[in-house]
Parts: sequence; C-alpha cells; structure tokens
Amino acid sequence: MSIPLPVFVIIPLMTAFLLPLFGKKGKAAATLFANLATISLLVLAVASIGKSAVYEIGKWSIPLGINLVLDGLSSLVLLAISVVAAAAMLFSTKYMEQYTAKSRYLSLFMLMVAGMNGVVLSGDLFNLFVFLEIASLASYALVGFGCENEELEASFKYMVLGSIGSTFILFGIALVYGNTGMLNMAYISKAIQANGLNAGLGFALALFITGFGLKAALVPFHAWLPDAHPSAPAPISAMLSGVLIKTLGIYAMARVLFNIFGISVSLGWILIVLGMLSMVSGAFLAMGQWDLKRLMAYSSISQIGYMVLGIGLGGLILAKGGDLAWASLAILGGLFHLVNHAVYKSLLFLTSGSVAMSTGTRQLKEMGGLAEKLPVTRIACTIASASIAGIPPFSGFWSKLILVIAAILSGYYWIAAVIVFVSLCTLIMYLKVQRYVFLGELPENLQDIKEHRGSMAFAMLSLTLLCVFMGLLVIVPGLKAIVLDPAVKVLTDGLLYSSNIIGM
Amino acid sequence: MSGMTIIVKTICNWVKVLILLFGLYIILFGHATPGGGFAGGVILAGTYVLIMLAFGREAVEKNLSPSLAGKLLSVGAASFGLIALAGFLFGRDKFLWNFIYQKWPDFKFLGGGTIDLAEFAIGLVVTMSLYLVIFTISVYCRDFKCRDKQCDIPVKEREQN
Repeated sequence: MSIPLPVFVIIPLMTAFLLPLFGKKGKAAATLFANLATISLLVLAVASIGKSAVYEIGKWSIPLGINLVLDGLSSLVLLAISVVAAAAMLFSTKYMEQYTAKSRYLSLFMLMVAGMNGVVLSGDLFNLFVFLEIASLASYALVGFGCENEELEASFKYMVLGSIGSTFILFGIALVYGNTGMLNMAYISKAIQANGLNAGLGFALALFITGFGLKAALVPFHAWLPDAHPSAPAPISAMLSGVLIKTLGIYAMARVLFNIFGISVSLGWILIVLGMLSMVSGAFLAMGQWDLKRLMAYSSISQIGYMVLGIGLGGLILAKGGDLAWASLAILGGLFHLVNHAVYKSLLFLTSGSVAMSTGTRQLKEMGGLAEKLPVTRIACTIASASIAGIPPFSGFWSKLILVIAAILSGYYWIAAVIVFVSLCTLIMYLKVQRYVFLGELPENLQDIKEHRGSMAFAMLSLTLLCVFMGLLVIVPGLKAIVLDPAVKVLTDGLLYSSNIIGM
Repeated sequence: MSGMTIIVKTICNWVKVLILLFGLYIILFGHATPGGGFAGGVILAGTYVLIMLAFGREAVEKNLSPSLAGKLLSVGAASFGLIALAGFLFGRDKFLWNFIYQKWPDFKFLGGGTIDLAEFAIGLVVTMSLYLVIFTISVYCRDFKCRDKQCDIPVKEREQN
C-alpha cells in the first residue's frame, strides 16, 4: 500500500498545535508525544524509500490543484530530516530542561519539521515557498529561544537576511508565474521547454540562485550563519546545520535548477565557483575560531560547499554532453555528502551541547582534559570528527572519495586538489577541537563535573553508529540501488521530471 | 480610571457588538462573497484593539487572558487539521476533500460544506494570533524604551527626570 503523502506534513503540524494544550503540568506527556511523532515520521520515511508517487490534494487534478511529489531525491532528503529530527528530539528531552517554556520549544520544533517535510514533498513552486517560510519563521524564533542579548541579536540578523532571501525567492516565483502562467513545477518546466528562456525567466533564475544561496549560506551570502547557529540551543543547532540549510538551500536549488529550468554550462560553473569559495573560505575562517560552536558553524559553510560543488560538477558534465556515468558519480558524491553531513554535523553539535551543559562554557581555551569526565561524548565527538575529516572507514571518507574520483575522471584535476586540500584543513580544525576539549590538562574549576547520561547519550551513540556504518550505503550495491541511485537519477534526468509527473 | 473619556467608552460599548457581528458575517459567508476566515478574523481582532484603546489593557486582559488566547489559537489550528484529516476518513485517501458537499449535500451548512468549517478554524487562529501580537507589543513597548535605564521606575517619572 502506498503511503498517503500529506501525513509527512500533517503529523508534525498537528503535533505542533496540540502540544501547547498540555500546559505546564503535562510537560512530560508533551515530550513523550513529540518524541512519538518524530519516531513515527522516521518509520514512515524509511517505509517510503524506493517509492515514487504523486498525490493530488483534495482530488483537484494538476495544474488546477496542488500536488505533492515523492521521488528518489525527496525520499533521500526526507530520510535525512527524519533521522536528525528524531535524534535531536531525543536529545532535547533532557537538554531543554535548562530552559523555560519547553512545550513552546517542542511546538516550534515540530513546526520546523513540518515546514521542511513540506518543502521536500511539494510539487508546486508557490507551496514550496510557503513551507520554506514556515520552516524559516520557526527557526528564527528557535535561534532566539534563550532570550539573552546575544541570542536576540543573532536571531534578528538571521531574520533580516533570511527575509531578504525569502523575498528574492518570492519575486522569482512571481516572475516565473508572469512569464509562464503556471505555478506547478512540472508545467512550468514544460512551458520553459516549449518557449525557451526569456529575459524575465533569466532574471528569475538569478533571483532563485541568490535566494536559495542565502538560505544555504553559500559564501557571499553566509554572514548570518556563524551568529545564528551557535546562539541556538544545541539540538536546534543540530537541526539547522544538519538539515535546514540543506533542505531550504541545496535541495530547493537543485530542484529548481535541474528539474525546472534545466542545467546549462554557465549554471554549472556558477555552482562550482560558489561551492569552491564556500569550501575554502569556510575552512580558513573555521580554523581561527576559539568558540566551539562557532567553529562548527564555519565548518558547516565549508561542507555545504562540497555538496554544491558535487551537484554543480555533475550538472556541468551533463550540460557539456559528457559521459553520463561521471556526471552521476559527481552528483552521487554531492548527495551522499549531504546525507553524511546531516548525520555527523548534527552529532557534532549535539556533543557540543553535552560539553556546554556539563562545563557551562563554549570557549576552547577554558576547557581541556574532558576525555575522562565525558567518555560517551568523547567517543561520539572523535568518531564524528574523523568522519567529517574524511578518515576511512567512516562515512565522510566515502563521499569525499567519490567526489575526488569524479573530478579526476572528468579531467578537472585542480578541483580534486582543492577537495583534498580542504579536507586537510577540516582535519586540522577538528584536531584542534580534540586537543583543546578532550586532551590536555583539566582546569581546576571543572574537576567535579558530571556527564548527563540517559536519552542524551542514547541520541549521540545512535548517530555515532550511523557515522560508522553509513559507508555501507555505497559499498553494498543493493543498498545503493535502493537509496542513492533513484535520487541521482532524478537530477541526471533533469527536464524529464515534467513528463514523468504529467504522465503519472 | 484608565482608558479614554466617557464619550469614547460609551460609543465603543455600542459599536463593539456591531463590529463583532460584521466579523462573524464575513467569516460565515467567506465561501460565497469576498472575505473569509482571514479577513473576518482581522475584524474580530480589531474589536479587541478598540476595547484595548478605549478601556485600557487590563479590561481586555480580564476578558480574554493571553494564555487562553494561545490555547484557542492551537485549538483553531488543530481543528483545521482535523477537518483536513476527515477527508481521509470519509473519502478514502482524499486529503482535504470537501466530503460534506460531495457526500451529503443536504447538510452542506451555509453552502460551502467543509469550507465553512475551515473558515471558522482560520478565523479563530487569525483572531487569536493578531490579538496576541498586539497585546504583546503593548506589554513590551515599555521594556524596549528603558533598555539602558532602570526599568522599575514608572514611565511618567522617568520622563520627568
């Protein structure tokens, strides 16, 4: 039986609005309820792997009505969102006891998940914008959840830049609607294929790249991220860095560029240049940071670059009419890195939350020698660091290896060199984290700290296990054929998307 | 005695019923005429703003406490979700299906079937959220004025200083 697609949006949305009704006394019940919702979403996302479906809401046929589309790319990103959301929610049960108004936090969290699931499933450009705004607005509130001066400032900055991005996207959608008369993605794509690009659509394309670039924090547009991500509570940082920037930025950009407008050589180069800029400058900026969460935030910018680079390289090879196998390999590297990064970056942010909760500081210079005091956190952080730096056999190694192989096979040796170089920079910055947080001398004021076990440790350990075994997704051919290959095929098929949807 | 003069208060007492009725009318006939849940909800929230201006914030707070408003907002949003889910129940995998209009046309309420019910839910959400926004602004505007001074001094004394 196929899964009715609206459940991915309606479960978190209904949970979000039912949670405030529990009030102050029912805090434990509300937490349990929210956890059940995220876990049921995870089960549904796993069940939806390998399926494809089009759902017409209210039985209004497209292009009159709104449709939801599940294909390989959607189900891959949906799985990443559900995994990170379930782990972050489990982590919050204990972690968020430090804050007041927990039920509001849970409610905003579920609202953000609903928005992201909606963005991933929407087959309609305007609905994509609506869900994008739901997720963004919930994240603005969550970044400022601590209500300290610094957090409110970061939230305001994020809100201003995020709203500029949303406005650009809305203008782009208006231009597309004015020039094609359609809002359904498949029909827009069909109209563009029939009539070609005109000046208005070209301008809309520029607006989309800027808008989604702002949401993804690619380098010229990255100013909000290093403030916003460290200020949020740790599980929210994990959600923001782990999946929000990817869903709202990379997924939406890839969908618009590949499936609606169709990739071209110049677009491929734009993506590659944006990706390289993000990779290199993000890595350099991260190495100089002394705030644990700020360092991880800059490293997110650097890692986002890998995904854009992989997708852009694949698009470039496709547009030049090169070998389809190499294009698929580059896109596979980008998408696999997206999933890997969702897992290990959220794990890193969760460990930073565990460290901050035990020691009460985020400054690297005030910590040291925590390996004995926080053993579970230490294991999780070391494996995640090894994974992000690309040390075999952890997951990050495989995605970077695929990217390097794709760059060499297609003849861009300098891109392969930059990938390896940035990987080395990543290793340096995470060795710095290991050295200053877990090794060295234990400061006197931290002698009697305790690690928080229970749900927090369980959330971290389950993500650690994923980090170790994620490599199997590309090594075992059966798993690769079910999980990753359909997602790659959606992007390499490009404009065939519209005839697939309309034909279904 | 807080609020404005007796003239304003008396007029406000007469007018508020009319505005409430007009808001409800806009919500009820949203499926057939211009307007609907959002426009009607804004008008309903406008009633509260009028009372807040004429009688002071305390009068409104007594009538509709912010925590109750927050709960009603959630109820409104959740009931919209339930109406959407009812399509699943009655129409076999038809999310947001107008099942009343399609299956039992005799009970189509004012003519819109589930659309009328959904308009009520939207009206509740919009009324409560706008009320909460305006209420919050009126509570916190004082705090923002005295960011770097002592906040416990009342506004009037501070202005004299």
